Amino acid sequence: MMEKMIIGRYVPAESVLHRMDPRSKLIIVFLFVAVVFLANNLWTYLILLGYTLLMAALSRIPARFLIAGLKPVLFLVLFTFFLHLFLTKEGEVILEIGWLSIYEEGIRQGIFISLRFFLLILITSLLTLTTTPIEITDGLEILLGPLKKVNFPVHELALMMSISLRFIPTLMDETDKIMKAQTARGVEYSSGPIKERMKAIVPLLIPLFISSFKRAEELAVAMEARGYKGGEGRTKYRQLQWKNTDTMMILLLLAVTALLIVFRG
Amino acid sequence: MKEPLVFLSNVSFQYDSQERPALNGINLEVHEGEWLAIVGHNGSGKSTLARLLNGLHYPKEGTIAISGIQLTEETVWDVRRQIGMVFQNPDNQFVGTTVQDDVAFGLENNGIPADVMAERVVDALNKVNMASFLDQEPHHLSGGQKQRVAIAGVIALRPAIIILDEATSMLDPRGREEVIDTMMKLQDQEKITVISITHDLEEAAKADRIIVMNKGEIYREGTPEEIFQMDEELVELGLDIPFPVKISKQLREKGINLSRHYLTEEELVAELWTSHSKM
Amino acid sequence: MDISLQNVEYRYSVGTPFEHLAIADVSIDIPSGSYLAIIGHTGSGKSTVLQHLNALLKPTKGTVLIGSREIKAGRKEKNLKGVRKKVGIVFQFPEHQLFEETVEKDICFGPMNFGVSEEEAKRRARAAIFQVGLSEEILEKSPFDLSGGQMRRVAIAGVLAMDPECIVLDEPTAGLDPRGRKEIMDLFYRLHQERGLSTVLVTHSMEDAARYADEIVIMHKGKVRKKGSPKEIFSVPAELLELGLDVPEVVRFQMKLEQTFSTKFEKVCLSQDELTDMVASYLTGRTSL
Repeated sequence: MMEKMIIGRYVPAESVLHRMDPRSKLIIVFLFVAVVFLANNLWTYLILLGYTLLMAALSRIPARFLIAGLKPVLFLVLFTFFLHLFLTKEGEVILEIGWLSIYEEGIRQGIFISLRFFLLILITSLLTLTTTPIEITDGLEILLGPLKKVNFPVHELALMMSISLRFIPTLMDETDKIMKAQTARGVEYSSGPIKERMKAIVPLLIPLFISSFKRAEELAVAMEARGYKGGEGRTKYRQLQWKNTDTMMILLLLAVTALLIVFRG
Repeated sequence: MKEPLVFLSNVSFQYDSQERPALNGINLEVHEGEWLAIVGHNGSGKSTLARLLNGLHYPKEGTIAISGIQLTEETVWDVRRQIGMVFQNPDNQFVGTTVQDDVAFGLENNGIPADVMAERVVDALNKVNMASFLDQEPHHLSGGQKQRVAIAGVIALRPAIIILDEATSMLDPRGREEVIDTMMKLQDQEKITVISITHDLEEAAKADRIIVMNKGEIYREGTPEEIFQMDEELVELGLDIPFPVKISKQLREKGINLSRHYLTEEELVAELWTSHSKM
Repeated sequence: MDISLQNVEYRYSVGTPFEHLAIADVSIDIPSGSYLAIIGHTGSGKSTVLQHLNALLKPTKGTVLIGSREIKAGRKEKNLKGVRKKVGIVFQFPEHQLFEETVEKDICFGPMNFGVSEEEAKRRARAAIFQVGLSEEILEKSPFDLSGGQMRRVAIAGVLAMDPECIVLDEPTAGLDPRGRKEIMDLFYRLHQERGLSTVLVTHSMEDAARYADEIVIMHKGKVRKKGSPKEIFSVPAELLELGLDVPEVVRFQMKLEQTFSTKFEKVCLSQDELTDMVASYLTGRTSL
């Protein structure tokens, strides 16, 4: 089931987007989130749609992959659509079915807002599809760097993220092993009444918790032995490189923003 | 004579939660280029000793000096640059998301510039024969491979001493062999001093010197040959006797003349051949 | 109770891009009361085989017979508790499965899941704790206050208290020191002999396989490469070495002797005593010529 979820999964490929600096990609996504709210009529939405589709094309990720991957969130988009369709009570009545009446403004709002939602999801998943989690972490660490001045633990947060990423597969394996061991001791995980299955969680979670705790402790000792003493005086192995493409991509989004301001109603 | 690389004088240590001291009056010297094996059953204090050497704990009594630097809370980071440690569980010391990130971790901590780092990472991985796994993620590696990456992470920092803290005990025979062969090659080529904490006597037999720990004290110290003459005493200490020694002993009991207990099968076979061929 | 795997195949993650074949065409018989060792490298498929022995995995092809219960590929299998009650598995590092507040509760967990009364479970817990060589006081302690070796024993007691007819051991001594290893292996051998408990041992240790098993199965790349008694298996050591597997020290030593003396002894020895007897009489014979 998890294999089909595309959000958050990196897909290796050779493309402009893949080669970009994670910092510029993060900036673009943040900017895009704000810019989306400028759109308020047909033209501005078309511009946004055009921009997003251009980005998707640049990512070189096969369209069927993108579509298949977005399916699980599609229902959220539809939900947004119907919510606005039924709850907006402005403009002319277009259709009446029993107690339900659909207004012109409802259709407009429904389409625009769900489109807005869809574009946001697409752009953010393009970020995670073309950027490895560790690059995102590195990018965030640098971008959030200025916050260190106000004692925000930027380095620690980034390290925590990268260690979590590192240990997700390990913990999945561990969960599987403990589940099997308890199944062999007569616990049923896949069938039986809900109440029984809830009870079955305890013999899984406690060992998992204890082993994670032990891992964390051992990891901390190993890190200390390898000279880890916090972010101070630390150098970075992975160097990020800001290229011309990065500047150009940001300029492109700024141009789109300018267009939106001109064309919005 | 040269100053010892590691010098322990009357060191004692006790965990807060325990009634008995984990280490009691330890005196120890380790010399440059030496391979020292510290053996003992689980709970004999051997791992505590390793942790003390690296400043993960501090002695309650006595002093520890590494490369002439006395180990205190002020000097601990300098000492850690001298001593690399490989731990027991391959998974719980792999910090990076990929092989190269993990090797770089120690270098990053020590503020090594990025361009130097790139060179050293590749160099270290070459030495442990893992250079083709640069971008591999840890869950795709075997235990032996993970331990070799851990060794690379340690040697990238160019330490004088490497401590193997039961580094092979969770591996399968193949992984164990990979790790030991790698370490023997490194000791030979890089002149690194190795302190190996283990209960695998086959592994200890390869050392220059063995220390047997029992109940937090040094029970016996000597060359592998001397230690393995201890025989049944080793079994009583929860350890085992290497196979060639057992065979030599039994053959002797069965009337075969052997001048001593042999540590390797090759030596034993050769001795049997020379004493029984020209008749 | 007999267990039998008949032409078993198992594929992981069928129907996804991650699908892969773990074992193919595996047939193994485990008659009641036998001691079988499965040896092979990490990744040879031995753990996959092991999980079929109490239906933790269901074959994607072939049939598994556990006593009278038949588990066939492609069929929905319900109510497997009966099978799991009869086949106890001691996983690698079994101490990772402990979770209860006290040792006693943890040991009782398995039996009570299988419908044993609390009273009976407690009685079994006491018996099991003695069997694994621990004392009664430990029952009241938290399993997490114990040493590593004690935790391992408690976990084993938890499986023994289920009173299985067959016990499956996956590297039960990994990480223990030599004394601990010997004690655990002797414990299982004693149970096997005294109670006629069928035993399946998955191991890397050729020594243990040679010493305890009546029958050895060698797995290689997901297939059964060879089956036979320890004598049969180890009398052709070259074959094992070819697969990158070890042979017992005794056999290795005999090979070296044979090479140096350019001779061939009439049998392959599996114990030190046997070997030294043979070598001593050979050498004395040689010098008295």
